[in-house]
Amino acid sequence: MGWFGKFLTSSIGQKVIMSLTGLFLIIFLVVHLIGNLQLLLDDGGQSFNVYAKFMTGNPVIKTVSYSLYAFIIIHAVQGLVLWSKNRTARGSEKYAVHKVRGTTTNAKLASRMGWIGTIILVFILIHMYQFWLQMKLGALPMVEYDGESMSDLYGIVSETYQNIGFVIFYVVCMYVVGAHLWHGFQSAFQTLGINHKKYSPFIQGIGKVYSVVVALGFAIIPIFFYLGIKF
Amino acid sequence: MKLDGKVPPGNLAEKWVKYKSSMPLVAPNNKRRIEVIVVGTGLAGASAAATMGELGYKVKCFSFHDSPRRAHSIAAQGGINAAKNYQNDGDSIYRLFYDTIKGGDYRSRESNVHRLSEVSVNIIDQAVAQGVPFAREYGGTLSNRSFGGVQVKRTFYARGQTGQQLLLGAYQALERQISLGTVEMFNRHEMLDLVTIDGKARGIIARNMLTGELERHAAHCVILATGGYGNVFYLSTNAMGSNVTAGWRVVKKGALMANPCYTQIHPTCIPVSGEYQSKLTLMSESLRNDGRVWVPAKKEDAVAIREGRKKGVDIAEADRDYYLERRYPAFGNLVPRDVASRAAKVECDKGHGIVATGHGVYLDFADAIQRYGSSAAHSLGLHNPNKAKITELGEAAVKERYGNLFAMYEKITGEDPYKNPMKIYPAVHYTMGGIWVDYNLETNIPGLFALGECNFSDHGANRLGASALMQGLADGYFVIPYTVGTFLSNEIRTPKFDPDAKEFKDAENDVRDRLQGLMDIKGNQSVESFHRRLGKIMWEYCGMSRNAEGLTKAMKMIRELREEFYKDVFIPGTRDELNPELEKAARVADFLEMGELMCKDALDRNESCGGHFREEYRTPEGEAKRDDENYTYVAAWEWTDTNQDPILHKEDLVFENVELKTRSYK
Amino acid sequence: MKLTLKVWRQKNNNSKGQFESYQVEASEHMSFLEMLDVLNEDLISNKKDPVAFEHDCREGICGACSMVINGQPHGPMKGTTTCQLHMRSFNDGDTIYIEPFRAQAFPVLKDLMVNRDAFDRIIQAGGYISVNTGGTPDGNAIPVEKDQSTLAMDAAECIGCGACVAACPNASAMLFTSAKVSHLALLPQGEVERQKRVLGMMKQHDEEGFGRCSNVTACEAECPKEISITNIARLNREYLSASIGSEKMA
Repeated sequence: MGWFGKFLTSSIGQKVIMSLTGLFLIIFLVVHLIGNLQLLLDDGGQSFNVYAKFMTGNPVIKTVSYSLYAFIIIHAVQGLVLWSKNRTARGSEKYAVHKVRGTTTNAKLASRMGWIGTIILVFILIHMYQFWLQMKLGALPMVEYDGESMSDLYGIVSETYQNIGFVIFYVVCMYVVGAHLWHGFQSAFQTLGINHKKYSPFIQGIGKVYSVVVALGFAIIPIFFYLGIKF
Repeated sequence: MKLDGKVPPGNLAEKWVKYKSSMPLVAPNNKRRIEVIVVGTGLAGASAAATMGELGYKVKCFSFHDSPRRAHSIAAQGGINAAKNYQNDGDSIYRLFYDTIKGGDYRSRESNVHRLSEVSVNIIDQAVAQGVPFAREYGGTLSNRSFGGVQVKRTFYARGQTGQQLLLGAYQALERQISLGTVEMFNRHEMLDLVTIDGKARGIIARNMLTGELERHAAHCVILATGGYGNVFYLSTNAMGSNVTAGWRVVKKGALMANPCYTQIHPTCIPVSGEYQSKLTLMSESLRNDGRVWVPAKKEDAVAIREGRKKGVDIAEADRDYYLERRYPAFGNLVPRDVASRAAKVECDKGHGIVATGHGVYLDFADAIQRYGSSAAHSLGLHNPNKAKITELGEAAVKERYGNLFAMYEKITGEDPYKNPMKIYPAVHYTMGGIWVDYNLETNIPGLFALGECNFSDHGANRLGASALMQGLADGYFVIPYTVGTFLSNEIRTPKFDPDAKEFKDAENDVRDRLQGLMDIKGNQSVESFHRRLGKIMWEYCGMSRNAEGLTKAMKMIRELREEFYKDVFIPGTRDELNPELEKAARVADFLEMGELMCKDALDRNESCGGHFREEYRTPEGEAKRDDENYTYVAAWEWTDTNQDPILHKEDLVFENVELKTRSYK
Repeated sequence: MKLTLKVWRQKNNNSKGQFESYQVEASEHMSFLEMLDVLNEDLISNKKDPVAFEHDCREGICGACSMVINGQPHGPMKGTTTCQLHMRSFNDGDTIYIEPFRAQAFPVLKDLMVNRDAFDRIIQAGGYISVNTGGTPDGNAIPVEKDQSTLAMDAAECIGCGACVAACPNASAMLFTSAKVSHLALLPQGEVERQKRVLGMMKQHDEEGFGRCSNVTACEAECPKEISITNIARLNREYLSASIGSEKMA
């Protein structure tokens, strides 16, 4: 194995993979949230559908999205590999009583990132099947704005969120995403070695605000749809 | 037997330099073929094994711990002395030498002590290069503090964990040699016997403590660095595992035990709190830099405190007796350990003790807090600060200096030492006596060397603070690597020894029989209970002060206890497994003989010197009274048979450079 | 005070262990280990096998104690080793679970004793400064900034007990490794070998079967010497710069 391979398979290298892909996904979530908030505009879905078409049509965006898919896969696979390695390292005999205390992060969350991540992975698969795949397969009804025809992604979103079951499912999953970010955000910096007496409290603060805002931002969409609130 | 200290001729200051340059050497190609066994991985053992590995010897190193880093040197708190004179306060190699000789009450060998002072400066350089994080000044230079018995600041320190940091330095050097293959490490192996062939030390029998298996290890020479025997007192500041077994086993093979009665009682330890107590915790001597020792001047106050009706802070300034400052104005709270300990005992015996058992005095930081607080307020530019502010700043300053010790005190006692004065009492800490060695650190058994606390050589009848680390590292880094050549240069043609030789098998069988014998007693009392009883006898009759009647009685009691032990001790489990009780039993069995020898030596030395205080021999003011005319010698004991009296051999101490004076710290 | 102890008993590494229940009468002034001494004396007087546990200095510095008390390595008190933990931290009638440190890399030897040789091997892989005895410059020839020296000392205080591994849900030894890497990297003396050192020690860390750090901070919370996870961040930096930013191939 060359030096790079050795680095990537070392324990710190594996964590750096988690950190960098995680940070990319953190940025993606912001873009995704801003785009999705257009769902709440009271324009019959026009701006959202135009945005959705742009996101699937633009070649630059396409390239970015393929790397996004790759990063999700890498983050998930690497995460599962680490989870399994760490379980092995813990040994076969478990503690009869085990308290996990932490200092600068919520240690209980942090110690359950494997479970939390797996739930999110399942969520992403369902989420993508519901919306992304339908759009890709061209299975959605078409709408026309200003003479331009496009898939009515808004329609299927709107329809899905009439179902209280899906609303609850999405809201719960967003809570889980928030929890993942609560630890993940600051953890990504620590892994890269960014822990500084002056700046780390700031990074940790941003991380907390970020995870609450993002989780809440996504969660209000199905709720508002269900309640029929539009802006 | 004529004891030859092999002190090289010449002027004191030139002895070591000249000797070192003319000493026989072993060439690198021969070193590779010569095997050396080092037993113990404290400061002396780890530094010796690492250095000899670096030189190219094939080293086998043994420790009864799971890792060399756990050796009890790790617990040394205060610091390490060196004659660097970085403080420009008049220190020099001669002054360190003189202080050590005087501190040892003129009962150590001049040449050894001078050599120790000479190499002390190299130790600091070595430790710094290894990355030992000594305390620093703002300019980046090394910081010093002062310790008992001296009037200069020559003690280097790393918070209250100097021993830990120095040991980790030596441990890391050792681990490096292990990774390079020059040292083979045997963790969890306890040396249970020495193997001699034609009168020379050629190997050891070690028990693998995980499997119980006995192993035969051969080498061209054997180096012991196995620490002191303070645990003969059961309660001491030594670690639970510290023992005399390796040392005692070589004595039983003919090595001599020198000055066993010289034990150091450290003045500042946390007092005993109950019968269940397993060990005593030291509060570093460095605390006496700033803490003031006192007891209530009025007996009724002391009684009120003992009964819990009053607290130390309730006693008015005028009603406190700062007895060290009163009795020893020149050195005050920084008198040597033996003097400070005895003074505490005197006050407590008079009925001024301040803990329930009557055995305790105060170590008070209130003045230091005010002093540091005022100075901190001044440097912060605060004019007219109130008392609370000064106290706050002062406590912060004291915390910076002694924070970890204060925290340790609070954990153990549950009391806050910033608010209430600490309660302290003397406890057994170190043993100056040990295996007799000559200038080369070689015992009277050729090829057997002893380093660090397990030898007797440098501290006389009393050790000064921060000198144990110095001696351990001096012996290991800078003395034995040279002096071992005097023996090994004659061994370059000696082939490797066969561990299957008869001598090895016989020794192994002896050890097996001894252990099986202990297992077979199958009595009713635990090993611990015997050890505790032995400790009580030793503390009562051979502790801080001794007298002929008590010592005679103690020897009888120890013999009876020993007989009882061999009739009624109970060891659970078997010989062929991990068995901590068996390990302990073998150690206590040796303590039961060592203790008697200590009393014998104490009885034989009809004088008071250093840590050895005989009540019959004191000045009218109650100070120790030496008898230089009759006792200026090293008492080296030969143990012949357990049922016969040991034989005394004397090595006369010759003082050519210092004048023998009554030690005065007044 | 009367206590119920649930102690992990295991004959050796090959046998299976289980909890045994014991009643013990303790005083609040006892240290936790003295309380176990009382239990053992009791077991011995009943001709039973005493509980094997590691201990030596009993003053919080040798790092020998290796037990998990009610789910926490070294028990409930912050910044304290088991030997310094006193029974006044418990209440009359309490039930206390006592288990060995658990991790794949720390196999149980007997009862509460575990094998921590892996730590020595991590140090052997580079946790030192390669200077032979003698021939070193004068102690004051290398000035070290006071605060920097303080930081190095903070890391150097590690006692190598392994509580970090025991506490970590991943059984990672990053806190231990980072303490030594930091101690030496923060000092000018350690500068020369810093890249080689961090690569070697981390390689050994991984080979020993310790888990991967996921920044849970349980190590920092349970460390009896309160070693900071800023050291782990420093270790990460050192490792990144050595493996990516240097020409070292290892």
